[in-house]
Amino acid sequence: MTVTTEIGRARARKEDARLVTGQTNWTDNLQLPGLVHVAYLRSPMAHARITSVDVSAARGAPGVIAAFSGADFAAEQGSLPCAWPVTPDIVIPAHPPMAVDEVRYVGEIVACVVARDRYAAADALELIDIEYEPLPAVLDMEAALAEGSPKVHEAGNKSFVWPFAQGDIDAAFRDAPVVIERTYRQQRLIPEAMEPRATVAAMVGDEITLWSATQIPHVLRFLLAAVLGIGEQNIRVIAPDVGGGFGSKLQATAEEFLAVLLARKLGRPVKWTESRSEGNLAVHHGRDQIQRIKVAADADGRLRGLSVDLLADMGAYLMLVTPGVPLLGAFMFNAIYKMDAYSFNCTGVFTTKTPTDAYRGAGRPEATYAIEHIMDDLAAELGVDPLELRKRNWITHEEFPYTTIAGLTYDSGNYEAATAKAVELFGYDDLRKEQAARRASGDPVQLGIGISTFTEMCGLAPSRVLGSLAYGAGGWESASIRMLPTGKVEVVTGSSAHGQGHETAWSQIVADRLGVPFEDIRVLHGDTQVSAKGMDTYGSRSLTVGGIAVVGACDKVVEKAKTIAAGLLEVSPDDLEWSPGRWSVRGDPEQGRTIAEIALATFAAHNLPDGVEPSLDSESTYDPNNFSFPHGTHLCAVEIDTETGQVKIRSYVAVDDVGVVVNPVIVEGQVHGGIAQGIAQALYEEAAYDADGNLLTTTLADYLIPSAADLPTFVTDRTQTPSTTNPLGVKGVGEAGTIASTPAVVNAVVDALRPFGVTDVQMPCTAERVWRAINEAKGGAR
Amino acid sequence: MTKVSMTVDGVRYDDEIEPRMLLVHYLREVAGRTGTPIGCDTSNCGACTVLLNGLSAKSCSVLAVQADGADITTIQGMANGEWHPLQQAFHEEHALQCGYCTPGMIMAAADLLRDNPNPTEQEVREGLEGNLCRCTGYQNIVRAVMRAASEGVTS
Repeated sequence: MTVTTEIGRARARKEDARLVTGQTNWTDNLQLPGLVHVAYLRSPMAHARITSVDVSAARGAPGVIAAFSGADFAAEQGSLPCAWPVTPDIVIPAHPPMAVDEVRYVGEIVACVVARDRYAAADALELIDIEYEPLPAVLDMEAALAEGSPKVHEAGNKSFVWPFAQGDIDAAFRDAPVVIERTYRQQRLIPEAMEPRATVAAMVGDEITLWSATQIPHVLRFLLAAVLGIGEQNIRVIAPDVGGGFGSKLQATAEEFLAVLLARKLGRPVKWTESRSEGNLAVHHGRDQIQRIKVAADADGRLRGLSVDLLADMGAYLMLVTPGVPLLGAFMFNAIYKMDAYSFNCTGVFTTKTPTDAYRGAGRPEATYAIEHIMDDLAAELGVDPLELRKRNWITHEEFPYTTIAGLTYDSGNYEAATAKAVELFGYDDLRKEQAARRASGDPVQLGIGISTFTEMCGLAPSRVLGSLAYGAGGWESASIRMLPTGKVEVVTGSSAHGQGHETAWSQIVADRLGVPFEDIRVLHGDTQVSAKGMDTYGSRSLTVGGIAVVGACDKVVEKAKTIAAGLLEVSPDDLEWSPGRWSVRGDPEQGRTIAEIALATFAAHNLPDGVEPSLDSESTYDPNNFSFPHGTHLCAVEIDTETGQVKIRSYVAVDDVGVVVNPVIVEGQVHGGIAQGIAQALYEEAAYDADGNLLTTTLADYLIPSAADLPTFVTDRTQTPSTTNPLGVKGVGEAGTIASTPAVVNAVVDALRPFGVTDVQMPCTAERVWRAINEAKGGAR
Repeated sequence: MTKVSMTVDGVRYDDEIEPRMLLVHYLREVAGRTGTPIGCDTSNCGACTVLLNGLSAKSCSVLAVQADGADITTIQGMANGEWHPLQQAFHEEHALQCGYCTPGMIMAAADLLRDNPNPTEQEVREGLEGNLCRCTGYQNIVRAVMRAASEGVTS
């Protein structure tokens, strides 16, 4: 057993040294000899036939090197990939990176200019002449499915229907004492990573290098090869410093494919960096579901059955994992609760809007919102405290591992402990008393208390499970260790960090496992030529999958070192014992070799045992046998000025259980940021379209990302129930806060307003919407 | 083309540029100071914040020609042999994750502390309202600025 000194330690991050000093390596920073700049012309129409494109004037403009329309790429550009065909009969429309005949959302690329600088490229876009024949926009999912609706694609507006049922749902609802049914809307969101996307592509000989602000360099390399027919061995993808992703950079984008094609066509390096207003149109959006949810319960609130019918807006095309996002929610609506039956049905719908895809939580925030909201609604219906209702239904800690009605086996958890801690930190009982007093006195400022006892499935994912869900790849992760002759260590990881702090956390893991100093370790990632294998970073998978691969690689180094140490010490390997950083002779600890000494001896290779290769290096690939199930209890108190509808978060308490923590500072940071993003959905953000299908929220002046002044100070704490699925006992944390916080906040808003007869407020719960909800419930002004 | 001269992080630059060139593009592409990133095109995010003659300015909202004769400090000019106390505080308080907003956030914080050396937490939150972060939820950023203030940082 290795003595742990680094795991659990609040290390400040290694990454910070370049990030706080401006010595960064963002894609847009890159300069190469002969670099030229690309600008894309995007459709101003939500839906139209392209009748003509004339780029000749642009070609003649000052500084312009080339200009192209979709027809120029038609023979080689292929179709952007969808890796998750969720049903055998799913409709996956062709999706050319540059539109050729038809455009289906505002922002779709229709032409491009390549020029000596970005200003000249932007100028020349103005000279491109395109004729469109307008076609009807399709904006509303329900209308899109109605008979006679205009079609987004020739095959219609329905992409797929995915049904899933467990238990006897009819029996569960038949004669149930309580049945409540609700419809919730998940508004459309824009991920808004702070770094806009950027690509640089260069071709030298037959090797193409693509630098991209991506979360998935390895997956992207494979997809470029598969779609464009370029030998994978000739493609190198580099994700340099990447400024946030939140799922938006888990994508194979038109701009990445076109960058490669342009570099090949022009024989010189090309750069493109998007503006924010371009990105709001063109980066995939998130959420956008209509959730019809129904629960049946006994008179005491015990859940009998749950039925969910989803409409999920795909947008105009299926991107990399678009259809799979609602499926990740399918297994999460039942959440931490026991019940007899569950049915789920999801219809994927095409509209003439920006395609949707993974956004922080991807399917699980939507599911968690719906179940946590309806649990509060059910509690109100039954007249019981919403915490009490949850206690009557949740899986108790003695019941783990527990196989849920949706068929997942939760390996570990302790909902009672997390909730008890949160209730105490929050001062739940006192706040309830204050709420009662404000209600009794008719205080214009009402208090609402929101609860979210969430769990989620992350750590994507067991490859077999992904295969059973028709996903196009596995869920393993790779790591390798290079022991340098001086005893220093290089760790190569297939995880691809974009703010998470892998360089620090992986160093902590390796320091413990190999017994080498934290400072002696360098973590390499994000370049397919350096880290040859990987499945990259999304779905809170890096630590629970990639981190475990690192553990496996370390353990192999230790085993190799044992054989070599035995040779050097002229003893049997069986006589050696490992203490951090050193193999020594059992019973004679003076006799031993440190890992650094063994590394040097291996490098020299003068007297290794016969048949032992002179290398301590190792590689390990880990495929998890289960998902990771972090959980927690988030409690939110809001004050609502009932005269103006203004919502103010008064306090927010989060107690998360993410198992064993490698670095508590990093974990706390993930929780803070996650909560903020979930609050943003609850109170601030919405991608809005006008009746013609124009996105109205193209800038950060229109799309309200909360600032420091809009958010409270969060009180965070943890309980620690180790995962039993992996050797570190760790669980994912990247998405947990976002999944938890949206329902906590909205439940608080609705809780404040229930005495007025309000049962829901559409997100984002702006002052106007809250004011209207109050007044509509009162039967007054609307 | 127009001639401009300015001092960036202590070095004098003389260049001929298009009059429409944004200061941030000048800094990044002409002066080669890529530490200052660009996060939006409507001056909402503050990622490109620099000090222009000692006052914070969003360099995407200033033409390079407007900065003619100016003294500019970017994030790359903050460390003087050792890290600026704000850089140290951001590091130690884990006030950054992806780090993209960090240069602007630190420059805005420096100006905030110049203006108000003893801010309350709420004053820090309001003072940094023009700088957006998508990763941290701001809590540790506020903590870092309060820490720098408590250490007597005033610029």
